[in-house]
Amino acid sequence: MKIAILALQGAFAEHQQMLHKLGVETFLVRNLADWQQQKDGLIIPGGESTAMTRIMHDQRMWQPLQDAIREGLPVFGTCAGMIMLDRNHLATMDMEVKRNAYGRQLGSFYTESAFADMVDVKMPFIRAPYIEEVGEGVEVLSVLDGHIIAARQGRQLVTSFHPELTDDTRVHEYFLNMKSGH
Amino acid sequence: MKEDRQTLNRNLAQMLKGGVIMDVTTPEQARIAEAAGACAVMALERIPADIRAAGGVSRMSDPKMIKGIQEAVSIPVMAKCRIGHFVEAQILEAIEIDYIDESEVLSPADDVYHIDKRQFNVPFVCGAKDLGEALRRINEGATMIRTKGEPGTGDVIQAVRHMRMMQSEIRRLTSMSEDELYEAAKQLRVPFDLVQYVHENGKLPVVNFAAGGVATPADAALMMQLGAEGVFVGSGIFKSGDPVKRAQAIVKAVTNYQNPKVIAELSEDLGEAMVGINESEIELLMAERGK
Repeated sequence: MKIAILALQGAFAEHQQMLHKLGVETFLVRNLADWQQQKDGLIIPGGESTAMTRIMHDQRMWQPLQDAIREGLPVFGTCAGMIMLDRNHLATMDMEVKRNAYGRQLGSFYTESAFADMVDVKMPFIRAPYIEEVGEGVEVLSVLDGHIIAARQGRQLVTSFHPELTDDTRVHEYFLNMKSGH
Repeated sequence: MKEDRQTLNRNLAQMLKGGVIMDVTTPEQARIAEAAGACAVMALERIPADIRAAGGVSRMSDPKMIKGIQEAVSIPVMAKCRIGHFVEAQILEAIEIDYIDESEVLSPADDVYHIDKRQFNVPFVCGAKDLGEALRRINEGATMIRTKGEPGTGDVIQAVRHMRMMQSEIRRLTSMSEDELYEAAKQLRVPFDLVQYVHENGKLPVVNFAAGGVATPADAALMMQLGAEGVFVGSGIFKSGDPVKRAQAIVKAVTNYQNPKVIAELSEDLGEAMVGINESEIELLMAERGK
């Protein structure tokens, strides 16, 4: 198995370290040429969604990524990566995401909470978004204080928080195991 | 609780990696920077080149001006306070700035003590020209480091010197035996545990950006290849002939820093770069402030 990690801007190295710890091969995608390689999944990391959007458009990567995800390539978006998949961006997931939903950096926080069938998952929220609204095909995987912070639609997984900044590998393992979709 | 904040603040710097942080003086410039792909903006009344030209005492910017920029963009907004001026830092915390730059670009308020940054909930970035300075600032609570470079000159030589110095000192520490680290800590004037971290990990415990004198896409890629994890561009963008194009080009040069073909394309038709001042023409070395 080989996972592509979008490396235009943000915390892509942390995802790479996490996957290496799990014994999974990875490669970084900085441009269209990198993207052409064979892959079994894609991670869109945290960072700034405005920066990623700009670079993706300028480098003509928007359409190829959108097509690949629509055709069933498994994808995992954290924080800015969650924003990238919503209706106003790549529009591959039927959801509306609110940017900077917890405010500025002073609103950033750490907690441990439930995700899918797991408990006490470590969750750092950094100027994080949350999901305001989901369509019918979206399965909610985690709710915190009444807000959706993780969800799944087919082979697409998103979290508001950053499992890659912790030593808790379970969310990444969940992503690697969901290739079958539903 | 304080330890949690330190971690969260280091984490925000991790999200900025691979990005460009741009100096802006108006909401309009902030919007241009965001649209060009900046990962954050630095709000200040005068960019370093103008501070240099104006002379006199340079202080924290008007909070109203900073708030105007906070309202204009959704990316993180940083602002500068003077070295040692903890009340300016308190003011910036009160207006919920995302990152404070305790900066040598402004006139230092204290020639002995830096701010005790652990007393704050907002994160701090500080300049450093060698490993000792970087680790001393981290010990005081800085959660991100940048080279000092020489701000407002458009001359990259000092940023290169500082980044090379830090990287070679890091390499030196990693090759030492355990029992040599105590003496290294003494020489660097920093706590042993920080020296031990660098020895074991071969890098600083926080994100390290380049700053001070970056003016072209090639400058930005040079700093990345020398080991920077991202780049601050101050005067280089809005002092140039075509700020929009130059800003976009520098953003993409940082993403593709190992790809000369891409950087060659990006470097075409950028218009006039900032004129700049040669290192040997400078009367005021800002990098000598705050050690």
